[in-house]
Amino acid sequence: MNYAITHRTTYEYSAPVTSSFHAARFEPLTTAGQKCLEFSIHVFPAPAVRKSCADYFGNLISFFSIQEMHKKLEVIARSRVSVEQMTVPQLPTSAPWEDVAARFRDPISPADVKPYEFCLNSPLLMANPAFADYARASFPAGTPALVGARDLTRRIFRDFKYDSRATTVATPLDEVWKKRAGVCQDFAHLAIAALRSLGIPARYVSGYLRTLPPVGKPRLVGADASHAWFAVYCPQHGWMDFDPTNDLLVGSDHITVAVGRDFSDVSPLSGILTGGGEHEVFVAVDVAPVD
Amino acid sequence: MSYAQKPGVFDELLGRGGVPREHWRPLLGELDSLGAAELSHRAESANRIILEQGITYNVYGDSRGRERPWQLDPIPFVLDAAEWAKLGKALTQRAVLINRVLADCYGPQNLLRSAWLPPALLFAQPEFLRAAHGIRPPGGIHLHFYAADVARSPDGRWWVLNDRTQIPTGSGYALANRLVSSRVLPEAFRDCRVQRVAGYFRQVQTTLASLCSRRTDEPRVVMLTPGPYNETYFEQAYLARYLGYTLVEGQDLTVRDERVFLKTLSGLEPVDVILRRLDDDFCDPLELRSDSTLGIPGLVEAVRAGNVAVANALGTGLLESPAFMSFLPGLCRHVLGESLLMPSVATWWCGQKPAEAYVIANLQRLELRPAFRSHRGYSRPASDSKDIREQIRFAPHLWTAQERVPLSTTPSWNGSRLFPQPTTLRVYLIATPDGGYTVMPGGLARIGAESGAQFVTMQGGGASKDTWVLSDGPVEESTLINPAGGGVELRRVGNNLPSRLADNYFWLGRYAERADATGRLLRSALLRFNPESAGSEAPFIAPLLDTLESQGQMPDGRGTTADELEAVLLAAVYDPENPGSLRGLADKSEELAMLVRDRTSNDVWRALSGFNECVSSSPEGPEPLPSDAIIGINRLLLQIASFYGLSRENMTRAQGWRFLDMGQRIERALYLATFLSRALSSEKADNPSVLEAVLEVADCTITYRSRYSLLPNLAAVYDLVLLDDTNPRSLLFQLLQLVKHFDRLPREKQSALPTEAQKLLISSLASVRLLDPRELSARDANWHMGQTARVLREITQNMPKLSDAIAASYFAHSSISRAG
Repeated sequence: MNYAITHRTTYEYSAPVTSSFHAARFEPLTTAGQKCLEFSIHVFPAPAVRKSCADYFGNLISFFSIQEMHKKLEVIARSRVSVEQMTVPQLPTSAPWEDVAARFRDPISPADVKPYEFCLNSPLLMANPAFADYARASFPAGTPALVGARDLTRRIFRDFKYDSRATTVATPLDEVWKKRAGVCQDFAHLAIAALRSLGIPARYVSGYLRTLPPVGKPRLVGADASHAWFAVYCPQHGWMDFDPTNDLLVGSDHITVAVGRDFSDVSPLSGILTGGGEHEVFVAVDVAPVD
Repeated sequence: MSYAQKPGVFDELLGRGGVPREHWRPLLGELDSLGAAELSHRAESANRIILEQGITYNVYGDSRGRERPWQLDPIPFVLDAAEWAKLGKALTQRAVLINRVLADCYGPQNLLRSAWLPPALLFAQPEFLRAAHGIRPPGGIHLHFYAADVARSPDGRWWVLNDRTQIPTGSGYALANRLVSSRVLPEAFRDCRVQRVAGYFRQVQTTLASLCSRRTDEPRVVMLTPGPYNETYFEQAYLARYLGYTLVEGQDLTVRDERVFLKTLSGLEPVDVILRRLDDDFCDPLELRSDSTLGIPGLVEAVRAGNVAVANALGTGLLESPAFMSFLPGLCRHVLGESLLMPSVATWWCGQKPAEAYVIANLQRLELRPAFRSHRGYSRPASDSKDIREQIRFAPHLWTAQERVPLSTTPSWNGSRLFPQPTTLRVYLIATPDGGYTVMPGGLARIGAESGAQFVTMQGGGASKDTWVLSDGPVEESTLINPAGGGVELRRVGNNLPSRLADNYFWLGRYAERADATGRLLRSALLRFNPESAGSEAPFIAPLLDTLESQGQMPDGRGTTADELEAVLLAAVYDPENPGSLRGLADKSEELAMLVRDRTSNDVWRALSGFNECVSSSPEGPEPLPSDAIIGINRLLLQIASFYGLSRENMTRAQGWRFLDMGQRIERALYLATFLSRALSSEKADNPSVLEAVLEVADCTITYRSRYSLLPNLAAVYDLVLLDDTNPRSLLFQLLQLVKHFDRLPREKQSALPTEAQKLLISSLASVRLLDPRELSARDANWHMGQTARVLREITQNMPKLSDAIAASYFAHSSISRAG
């Protein structure tokens, strides 16, 4: 499946910005299951410097800085991505979750060093016994790890209400936990913290959903903006993605842009401004299948 | 001199059988010949030098009086050359090892895969800066500055208690201690042949200069400070001045085209090397901690591009975690192929099962420490459980435990005799361009902890000692000011002034002058104020009080009875809560002086820091009387005069001085115009008592008397204080000075048209020049309707605008905000 993606972000400032520095992560990753065919980013006003490089996790960042006075910033990222139709994995064939967790206890074998990084606390997420208890209901003794992860995905979908007014990007997980409501970012964070509390590596994935569903299928939640979900690491299967916002195993309707320990590693657009006052932000995403 | 050691610990002075060790004998001999009385006297003299030099330490969480004088024990810690050589060798090995480990962590991470280093030590640490991964610093040096806290155990062996790899603080205090101790015990210092520390600082200059990537003879090195509220701000300013580096805050620097620049009055100047005293995660809000307001957005990109070097490199704080200590012996064998020469205090990292079990079983006798520095709750112990064992079991990798080492003792002075104090020593190393390290012969010894506690902190109120490393041969005399050999390019202009410093100088001038003007107004009011006369003087002091009120020194509605008025006047002098009171102004001046501390001489600093003492009333003492207030104001005015005198006689006519003087001139013109305008509004403007007050406030009484042998006359008085260009307190004089300054200011844009500030100044000057005070004589009332009063009102409006215009063109460094 090929997609044409447009991601437009507009900032309007109440006071002029005299200079600004930005880091943007809009360029989709090329992975085993998807290939980024084209990518371009347009910034208005035109930036003084622009540079791209890969970050620590292999995501592609564009840095730019604007040195002219402005009250509005517009960033338009366009990409064409081809996503492979994946065969549905056999979740019950995955290793018992206790075996996975045991691999990620010291000492760590050389092959497991990389995923091990996603077992530990990260800037926004801390393991805690309450999360471990919540996760355990999906992981009775001997449960294959991916079966447990699928069940956890379903329970988060059921137990937590999707409410875009309940949280902001800065809401800590404890508050999401108390309110039992949030958005895709919060649900992904919750799943990751729960899995890590059991000692299973889990990471954050940001990306897109196709805007209009295939004929006969419902429109997915989160299709008009950046979307987020989580992935679990299992030694034989590698990273497997789950979408708790839509109660899905991630397939060819999802396009991965970046991965990290939590949102703070993959924030699509961050900026440091001089001046600017208050700001309003508008985001529009369009993901259309193309031939 | 009598001295008794504590049983069971190693004493540095006394060896077996209570016999003094060889290397202490010269010092001991000197102390004996001085005697207890003289030693007390020397200790007091040390404290006096510390106060005079303004050597201070900021204590967190103490907003008022947060500066604490540095505590120095006059008896140095003495070590002989052979022992020092061993110590230096061991710490050099450790620094080389740590640098190699850092290079691996921020590069290939082979140590994690080969299991020499548990991956959690890297991955679970907030100090591991992923944005810095993959950056290879110049020469492969990550760890430029390294310090180790070492201590000696009862068997005489040295142990490392802490590694300081983020920002090894205290070398400046060690330098200050040396200055004091060599002056307090000059005979002993000479006879002991103490090794000098200047060579270390010369190596700092050489090493930092070698990091510059530009082809230039004069690399620009700046010292990045978190600001004056940081605990070691004194040290930063002191070192910056000693090393000849510009002390900058994040907002003084900017990144353009992946290069770092210093914002100066004449524009942007390239920066090659940043000596950072700001924690690395605060250094760039774009790629590191996004909530940092102290950093420079885009810095990491500039570092990545190789256009600027940061020392220590970003991310070095990693190795400060005590958890690493238990792995250093293995790493040393694996990485360097050597045994680790100096052991660390025994450390267990609970991330490994056997260690976890051992620690839980031995909690009572171990010192439990978080494995990683916590911030933002990042590695906060993850369980709320009260039981520490539960917490360890839930997230064992977040914990370490260490054995308690009984510290060795050194003789210290308690005011009347020598007594043994547990001591730790911080030793400083600086990388050399060839990959080695140079050790400072000396260091910061600290005393005052309970025996057995290994963490002596200055925050906790400990004291320090100088460390004397004796020399086998003759001592090399060296200072930083005269580098041996090599020509020096002569300069008449110093390094360009950062805009923020110009801003601070300007406001220092304004506040000092505001204190001066306020002091004069209050003194005149207090001298005329007489509770006995029951308010009959009121009309004559009204212009003084009106002026004070309009400038915020006194509250509106100053009271009608004599008692109320007296209280208001005294509050205007002493009230520390009112920023407009003399006391408030003195505090503000001192605060600003602190911000330009690295650029001002000690004499100037002393004059400035004496301001608030003159107008402070002690809470325990008796309520001050008006007569006390007058004495206090007199002292303050003298202190301000000495500040003016010193700055005028001792500061070069560079930009800093120019902005200081401009601030002062604007403030003086403003106060004078305000006061004269109020005086002219009074019905009694021509009364001799009011005119005398005018002469007094403008400090022209003597001049007036020498020129006119008559009672003050309205036109003559106003001519003297407004238009006499030979009178340094006249209004015209202030404006003429400002014009001179403006002609010499660097202009960012050479424009044919005058700037906003110039327009204000030209029009004010023209109005004043056209004045003829004789018009005042022609009137017998309603002076405020005349030309003079109109011009005075114009000046009171123009001066604040002039100040704003200067700020807009020279000090623009508006605050940083954040989105997304």
